[in-house]
Amino acid sequence: MKNMIVLGLIAFPFLAALLLLFTKSEGAKKIAFAASVIEFALAVFAFAQLKQNAVHPELALNVPWIKTIGVNFHVAIDGISMLMVLLTALLVPFIILSSFRSNHENPSLFYSLILIMQMALTGVFTAMDGFLFYVFWELALIPIWFICLMWGSGDRARITLKFFIYTLVGSLFMLAGLIYLYQFTGSGEIGTKEFVGRSFDIKALYAAGASLDPGQQGWIFWAFFLAFAIKMPVFPFHTWQPDTYVAAPTAGTMLLSGIMLKMGTYGLIRWLLPLVPAGVHAWMDTAIILSVIGIVYASCIAIVQKDLKRLIAYSSIAHVGLISAGIFTLTAEGIQGGLMQMISHGINVVGLFFIAEIILSRTSTRQLAELGGIRNVEPQFAVLFLIVLLGSVALPLTSGFVGEFLLINGIYQYSTWAALFAGLTVILGAVYMLRSYQRVMLGETNSVTAGFAPLTFHEKAVLIPIVILIIALGVYPKPLMEIAEPAVKQIISIAGGIK
Amino acid sequence: MIELVWLVPLLPLLGWLIIGLFGKRLSKALVGAIGCGSVLGAFGVSIAVFVAVAGHRGEFGSIKLFDWIQAGDFTASFSFLVDPLSSLFLLIITGVGFLIHVYSTGYMKEDEGYARFFAYLNLFVFFMLLLVLGDNYLIMFVGWEGVGLCSYLLIGFWFKNTDYNKAARKAFIMNRIGDLGFLLGILLIFVTFGSVSYESVFDTAASPGAGFSNNAVTTAICLLLFVGAMGKSAQIPLYTWLPDAMAGPTPVSALIHAATMVTAGIYMIARSNILYTLSETAMTVVATIGILTALFAATIGIFQNDIKKVLAYSTVSQLGLMFLGLGVGAYTGAVFHVMTHAFFKALLFLAAGSVIHAMHHEQDIRRMGGLKKYLPVTFATFFIGTIAISGIPPFAGFFSKDEILAHAYMHNKFFWFLGVLTSMMTAFYMFRLLYLTFYGEFRGTEEQEHHLHESPKSMTVPLMVLAGLSVAGGFLGVPELFAHGAHWLHGFLEPSFERSAMRMYTSHASHAEEYAIMGFAVLGAVAMWYLAKKHYSEPDNVPAEDDEEVNPVQKVIYNKYYVDEFYEAVITKPLNRISEFFYGIVELRFVDAIVNGIGDTVKWLAGIFRLAQTGNIGFYIFAMVISIVVILFIKIM
Amino acid sequence: MSAIQVIPVHYYILLSVVLFSIGVLGVLFRRNAIIIFMCIELMLNAANLLLVAFSSYFSDAGGQVFVFFIMAVAAAEVAVGLAILTMIFRNTRSTDIDFLNKLKW
Repeated sequence: MKNMIVLGLIAFPFLAALLLLFTKSEGAKKIAFAASVIEFALAVFAFAQLKQNAVHPELALNVPWIKTIGVNFHVAIDGISMLMVLLTALLVPFIILSSFRSNHENPSLFYSLILIMQMALTGVFTAMDGFLFYVFWELALIPIWFICLMWGSGDRARITLKFFIYTLVGSLFMLAGLIYLYQFTGSGEIGTKEFVGRSFDIKALYAAGASLDPGQQGWIFWAFFLAFAIKMPVFPFHTWQPDTYVAAPTAGTMLLSGIMLKMGTYGLIRWLLPLVPAGVHAWMDTAIILSVIGIVYASCIAIVQKDLKRLIAYSSIAHVGLISAGIFTLTAEGIQGGLMQMISHGINVVGLFFIAEIILSRTSTRQLAELGGIRNVEPQFAVLFLIVLLGSVALPLTSGFVGEFLLINGIYQYSTWAALFAGLTVILGAVYMLRSYQRVMLGETNSVTAGFAPLTFHEKAVLIPIVILIIALGVYPKPLMEIAEPAVKQIISIAGGIK
Repeated sequence: MIELVWLVPLLPLLGWLIIGLFGKRLSKALVGAIGCGSVLGAFGVSIAVFVAVAGHRGEFGSIKLFDWIQAGDFTASFSFLVDPLSSLFLLIITGVGFLIHVYSTGYMKEDEGYARFFAYLNLFVFFMLLLVLGDNYLIMFVGWEGVGLCSYLLIGFWFKNTDYNKAARKAFIMNRIGDLGFLLGILLIFVTFGSVSYESVFDTAASPGAGFSNNAVTTAICLLLFVGAMGKSAQIPLYTWLPDAMAGPTPVSALIHAATMVTAGIYMIARSNILYTLSETAMTVVATIGILTALFAATIGIFQNDIKKVLAYSTVSQLGLMFLGLGVGAYTGAVFHVMTHAFFKALLFLAAGSVIHAMHHEQDIRRMGGLKKYLPVTFATFFIGTIAISGIPPFAGFFSKDEILAHAYMHNKFFWFLGVLTSMMTAFYMFRLLYLTFYGEFRGTEEQEHHLHESPKSMTVPLMVLAGLSVAGGFLGVPELFAHGAHWLHGFLEPSFERSAMRMYTSHASHAEEYAIMGFAVLGAVAMWYLAKKHYSEPDNVPAEDDEEVNPVQKVIYNKYYVDEFYEAVITKPLNRISEFFYGIVELRFVDAIVNGIGDTVKWLAGIFRLAQTGNIGFYIFAMVISIVVILFIKIM
Repeated sequence: MSAIQVIPVHYYILLSVVLFSIGVLGVLFRRNAIIIFMCIELMLNAANLLLVAFSSYFSDAGGQVFVFFIMAVAAAEVAVGLAILTMIFRNTRSTDIDFLNKLKW
């Protein structure tokens, strides 16, 4: 039964998506929403299961898939995967609900693509087999590409092509790395008792990675790091991201920023760090420096943005830079903080993009200069925006603080200077966020914002739970932190901490 | 009793929740009642806690609520520490806070954001209590940032005004600069001591032979924490937000920007007293920055014409004096001054608010004058506040200031001299304010004169209570000189400071010296009173209008030494330029151009290679055959 | 000893090479699509001849199986190819392959 939970988490959205494809009706969004809520319930059930058996997490399924090359359909949920699966299952209902108002063409296709996306993401977060991981990794790219291309705006054909090719190129490096490592798996003579066949299983790959000499590990490091760095994205591989976020429909942007970029950070923790410990140790300085540059650089750029959505996109780069830097410090604080911040950032950024969408749909503009004074008209919206924003600038007692504090803590243990520069996000984040808040919400109402309609029920149904989550996780993050702790310790013990 | 201390922050939090969620549906009277009631309740519990702490020596300790953050070796729990220092601050915050809440029910009566105002005030009180109650640095940081947020919200309370919003943003960002220092300080504490809870940090630091005395790490910790204090308590170079923060409603200025929040930096250093005591360098830096700020702000205060701005610079200056006190080891004196300052500065601000209320939001003292007869209660209380701040005995300010100055004298004569100079200037500009506002002829418009009225009871009663405190508050700390054991506060706070006191070089000044120090300060203050009275009683000596020519020195000081303009040119503008450069040049012309360049190169190469596709089948076959021949040839060879 | 085996194997090879070369040259130098088609058949048959010959010499039926495959494929190819050619002729009134160069860059 327990084995089936993982399979269920992956298969259910897919089955729902298939069902949706055959219902060409107005009810598509409702079915999709119901399906995503059921999926969330399933994820919570899995969470409860894991919580009970924290010592022996048995939420795993391992069946042979392609025997000749040693590929298994091996999916399992430990603390780290659990948090990511939970995040996915939590955000997808919000994402579906948030697009209720915008009447997309061909809704059944739109929503089934979202659900297929969810299936692929859940697969990425649970796969314990390199081959399977790669399959899900690439599978996740397909639905989001269609979503951006078919329902996007602006110069979407060129932008989505760039996004697709850019991330695909990164993934190909990873594939090459995987195959290279695969050759070093297995041992013993064929026919003897000691013979172990080649395999893509995560443990076999870990062992293969560790057996390489440091130079080779360095190459493997870069092969994987490129894939993850582009996905997250880390400076200087980030330039696909702002354009794509702006051109994609809001649901697509939320999927990309809320969940999909966590594929990269998750990949760092699950695959990169334990896979090639010596490679990581050799290159962690570079990775941290790039990440920290990204934080300051993206924050500065966010200050001068004129378009709200683009501003959020750059702020996202800054946040992800902090996560990546924290993870590469190989400290428990850094990685736990990274996980916490992934969840917090996911919730936050979905909230922020939804707010941008609410503003766009009512005023037909996202230009900061044209907005202003919305607070006079719609104070409730202003309060919700403010709380989401405070979560984003990591004010204590919001979820953002717990993650950010632990990340900076980890970075500080690694290097004081890195922490100082990473910490600039505390200041710069406040600068660009408050600036945008002031431009959009405060001041005198103008002709564009005068007729700002009150929030609808659906909009409140998204924003209010998000706000509650932001505060609740900031005040009591313990359940999430606890569940990830054993898994994080295990990763660090394989990767070897800096101490 | 102290187990119930969690009620103290909880009540304002509940007040905030109720008013915040249902404020619009409640009547103004009910909102006011909830707002004041929650703080009054907290005040009641605080008194009980205070009595318990004062009555039963040693009955303090920390009360753990729940684990908050735990990762790797890092642990921080939500726990409260009750000891003399925190219980005294509880009393100040809830007591003065309650009075200001009551005052606000009158002051904000006509405002459409009445409920919002009380929600913010209650939230502020909650965070401020968290700040002083936390039993580790992280909880202090929570309160620290939380009060910063409330300060932001309240400075920009009238959010339609862009200037106010800018002031609010400036306050928040400057505070955040300090907060980064504080945060790094906390991290260094964690890395050094393996914990952030006060108890284990101070135990480790104070243990003899641990080697934390005068070592570089201790100094670094102290300086980083002090950066945080500079931001929150408006010291050089991060002080410029406080005068601008006067954009908020006057009760806010009284509560946040005079009585409580800005003293958080003093609380922090007083709390970490053992660390500072261990580092002489840090102490010197604190004292130097403190006295410089005190002097600098006082000079600006002399030439300001906005009633609230004068008080704001006076606050900056007084805070500087408190830091001087901390820096010379007068921890009790500094905390004492926090208390008395809370009384008389809150009083002065509220009285100024009463004046502004009567003048229909006119704040320029050049438009006032002769208000004595129209606003008798306000005048009387303002007068008491002025005497108290000037340090004229036996009012509250005299005792606390004297204690700081006496310590400064023992420590460094030059600091003492500057301190006396500052306190003389304080007396001068405060009496200048008093005479320009309340004496002479009325200089405003006729309409304003017509509407002049004394404020309602809800506003004057808090004034009177605060006036009473400003008169009597000083007797909690009468110098030992007059009677042994007279300094009650010293005995009360001893448990919080005893470990520092043990290490501190303590030599008391002789009685003659102490009398001389007192006499000097009092004489100076009285002389300034006389000078101000003489000068500003003359109608000709009303300060010049902004467009009139004045001498250059005065002009520079009037424009606050152009520090804001300097920051604008050195920090804000370059930051914007760098950002523009990053975006316009690096991002678009370099990083993204490389990516696009790779794509374009592929396209260009494809453009060349495609020419091979002539469409001529014969050519293709020919190429194929030739290639096969070549391959075969190579193979055979 | 069958009649085929009387003839030395290199004669077959030679014949096959000659036939194949004629086919290649025909494909390369003729411009009429039908003749090119015939030349392709010629090359296929050259290969078939060789396969049959070796099959017989080595007494391995595998080669002849391949021949049947090739003949079947060739038949299918002729059917499709000629149909295409007919269509081209109907549309362009020509079977000159130089004329059919629309499929280029």
